[in-house]
Amino acid sequence: MASASVATTYTVQEKKRPPFLVDLFLRLVREKPLGTVGGVVVIILFLTGVFADVLAPYGYNEIVLADRLSPPSARHILGADNLGRDLLSRIIYGARISMYVGLAGSAIDVAIATFIGLISGFFGGKTDITIQRFVDAWLCFPSLFIYLTVMAILGPGLIQVIMVLGVSSGIRSSRTVRSAVIGIKENVYLEAAKAIGAQNRRILTRHILPNVMAPIIIIFTIAMGGMILQESTLSFLGFGIPPPIPSWGGMLSGSGRTYMLQAPWMALWPGLALAIVVYGINMLGDAMRDLLDPRLRGGLGRYSGVKRKMPKQLSQA
Amino acid sequence: MAGNNHLIDVENLVMYFPVTAGVLRRKVADVKAVDDVSFFIKKGETLGLVGESGCGKTTTGRCILQLYKATAGKVLFEGKDLCTLHGENLRRARRNMQLIFQDPYASLNPRMTAGDIVGEPMVVHGLVKSGEYKEQVAQLLRMVELEPRMAVRYPHEFSGGQRQRLGIARALSVRPSFIVCDEPVSALDVSIQAQVISLLMRLREELHLTYLFIAHDLSVVRHISDRVVVMYLGKLMEIADSDELYANPVHPYTQALLSAVPIPDPEVDRQRKRILLTGDVPSPVNPPSGCHFHPRCQRTGDECREQEPELKLVGNEHWVACHRV
Amino acid sequence: MRLIPYPPGVIVGGEVIFKGQDLLQISEEEMRHIRGNNIAMIFQEPTTSLNPVITVKVQLSESLALHRGLDKETAGQEAVKLLKLVGIPDAERRVEDYPYQFSGGMQQRIMIAMALSCNPELLIADEPTTSVDVTVQAQLLELINNLRTQFGTAVIIITHNLGLVARYVDRVNVMYAGRMVETGSTEVIYGQPKHPYTLGLMTSVPRLDLGRKRKLSVIEGLPPNLARLPTGCAFHPRCYLAIDRCSKERPELEEVGENHYSACFRSQDVKK
Repeated sequence: MASASVATTYTVQEKKRPPFLVDLFLRLVREKPLGTVGGVVVIILFLTGVFADVLAPYGYNEIVLADRLSPPSARHILGADNLGRDLLSRIIYGARISMYVGLAGSAIDVAIATFIGLISGFFGGKTDITIQRFVDAWLCFPSLFIYLTVMAILGPGLIQVIMVLGVSSGIRSSRTVRSAVIGIKENVYLEAAKAIGAQNRRILTRHILPNVMAPIIIIFTIAMGGMILQESTLSFLGFGIPPPIPSWGGMLSGSGRTYMLQAPWMALWPGLALAIVVYGINMLGDAMRDLLDPRLRGGLGRYSGVKRKMPKQLSQA
Repeated sequence: MAGNNHLIDVENLVMYFPVTAGVLRRKVADVKAVDDVSFFIKKGETLGLVGESGCGKTTTGRCILQLYKATAGKVLFEGKDLCTLHGENLRRARRNMQLIFQDPYASLNPRMTAGDIVGEPMVVHGLVKSGEYKEQVAQLLRMVELEPRMAVRYPHEFSGGQRQRLGIARALSVRPSFIVCDEPVSALDVSIQAQVISLLMRLREELHLTYLFIAHDLSVVRHISDRVVVMYLGKLMEIADSDELYANPVHPYTQALLSAVPIPDPEVDRQRKRILLTGDVPSPVNPPSGCHFHPRCQRTGDECREQEPELKLVGNEHWVACHRV
Repeated sequence: MRLIPYPPGVIVGGEVIFKGQDLLQISEEEMRHIRGNNIAMIFQEPTTSLNPVITVKVQLSESLALHRGLDKETAGQEAVKLLKLVGIPDAERRVEDYPYQFSGGMQQRIMIAMALSCNPELLIADEPTTSVDVTVQAQLLELINNLRTQFGTAVIIITHNLGLVARYVDRVNVMYAGRMVETGSTEVIYGQPKHPYTLGLMTSVPRLDLGRKRKLSVIEGLPPNLARLPTGCAFHPRCYLAIDRCSKERPELEEVGENHYSACFRSQDVKK
């Protein structure tokens, strides 16, 4: 007998499952050690960002000319930059920027993706074709080209960066939501909802949206890493967040590059921070995707924990 | 056909699904799922609708409920044509007619609790306020022999038979007069089928329901229906009282269909005549000319190839569409 | 067939004797040989059992080349012959088609042809007609039946369809919750069932020949959780004849008639 059918038949007597997100969290910790590490990295990033004012020993723009290019020491644990600003403090404040960009950008991304994806997938037909041709056209442009163009028009700034990154990747990820919606549309319970006389609005919010939460969570986590990386790219190129606000990407460029040989720590720390955070987020994203794989649609309820629920005598291999 | 005691009148129902091709979605052909079908359902009776896959039985059910917009024809509900209704009017009309699905796994939203699933139709039709249907849900669950405390569970925590009961409770929640049962037991275990069939029959008596019972299992249809309609490739073949049809099938297709179903008793089964059809059911995109059944029929004649047979009355409420009777 | 995937499935014990040889004791290599040459299997879903991107001819002749050592040319001809044997019209042309170009019934015929490609002595048919229409189901079963008489192949049909069993089967094993509860000739099983579960099954299915006024008997409750079987007889919580002993002791198969065995303490009280 296939393992899945064993599980479906006999989940009946199993005890009640905790709510969706709690269950997801428990499974993450239990089944995905690497993903949990990623999760911890993300939490550290957020805590650092939120409590930057408390954690940072100096202000992010506190210039002490005497400490110019000073190497790591007791006074400046990670060293100081060419203007004598404490690098640790700048990294900590940079975490706040990364957090803003990651969270707000991904939120915009998900909101736009969900909106476009739901409309396009649910209504189908001409609406779908029109929207999808627009999305296709958008995908034809290299994203960096779009970012640079728009940023050149809007001018640098945190909000501009978040908007540009969020909207642009939202349009991209709408395809994922759309295909999830189309997959769910096949389900008979949508026909059931129609048959009982439910309005479109109700069908969309009560029947489709809760069932595309899995891909939406995946998009959110994976997008976060991309956002932070792209923000750094833009700042590195000078189109992102203007100095003196410390963005990790901005710290890498400009003075970081100029003084690379005299003060390698100026480029090392932001680069390292960026690498660890993005790696952590990606691990988390991968773990989320594994846990919520859209192929196991409705999975969290139906197929999850197959391993745990195997009949005893069968699992003792 | 109007008037008298008919709850539903289906008149010359036609449902074509266009087959499109190419970038411009040009229509290249039609799937003739239902092709000029007429019948009626009396108040309080169970009409069985049988046929093999692709015969249009499910489509007919969906057309009656206006889940598909019929290409042509009328569906009268108490004399009122449902096909002309739109938007809000149609939505309100849905209260009187509900649907029970074949697949108890797919037809329940996995993210909603049993209570919300059963309560939703009442909310949709404004019978209760959202979240204030606990009492009604408990009553409905009892009605389908589930325990009210199960209302907080999610569909995956129920067995197949219990899920089907939830589907039935959902359909009953708005007190409809007419229910289309689309293969309600074919996805269930043998020992569970009997439970659900008995439940459906009991509910029909208690709530004075009218059923359109769609199934491919002739034994089940025979058990539950008062009258039976046999369809083949979008066409009506035969309509008769259930006992009459099984005792005295007239159409060659009905005869073959019945003989193909073995009876679970070797002594009885051995004595039955067996008619073995050759070939498969042809595609409804390109159905045979004349009588749709003629290529597989043992009694085919020239007129069967050329002319479509009309429904003829051969007995008490017994109609057959065949040239050779 | 030793096709239970490992993990999770493990055959815990027992013997499977095929022509005097215990199939659970032999090597994977020998088993592969037997699978191809002596025992063949057809499945419920022909669509998923055939490779969709390879023509029928290639799939059939591959099997023929493997098991009968035919060269490509003869294997191709043999494939056409097999398709004709299982009643596929226009076999010469259709053999070049891909599986999806065939209807469900035709695909199941191809599966049967595949199974026959090695002249098996035993054919295991797992719900062979569940996914096809009644008239096609009748055709397929007649086909299997004819092949059985023609080639002397033994057939095991695994099914939940009681009618089909009554029509085509010589001997029946009734299983419940992983155990055999009754075994005997078809006549005996249907005529004088001696296990309450068998009787319950018989009386709970609607029958074509009996009117709609007949009340279906209902087996209450659900099939048990295989991980947590009830103690004693697994059927006792649903059984109308259950006594104390049934929940404590597990009944073994006992002879209740000629070649008729039932695993029930109250088999004598089971009356139709």
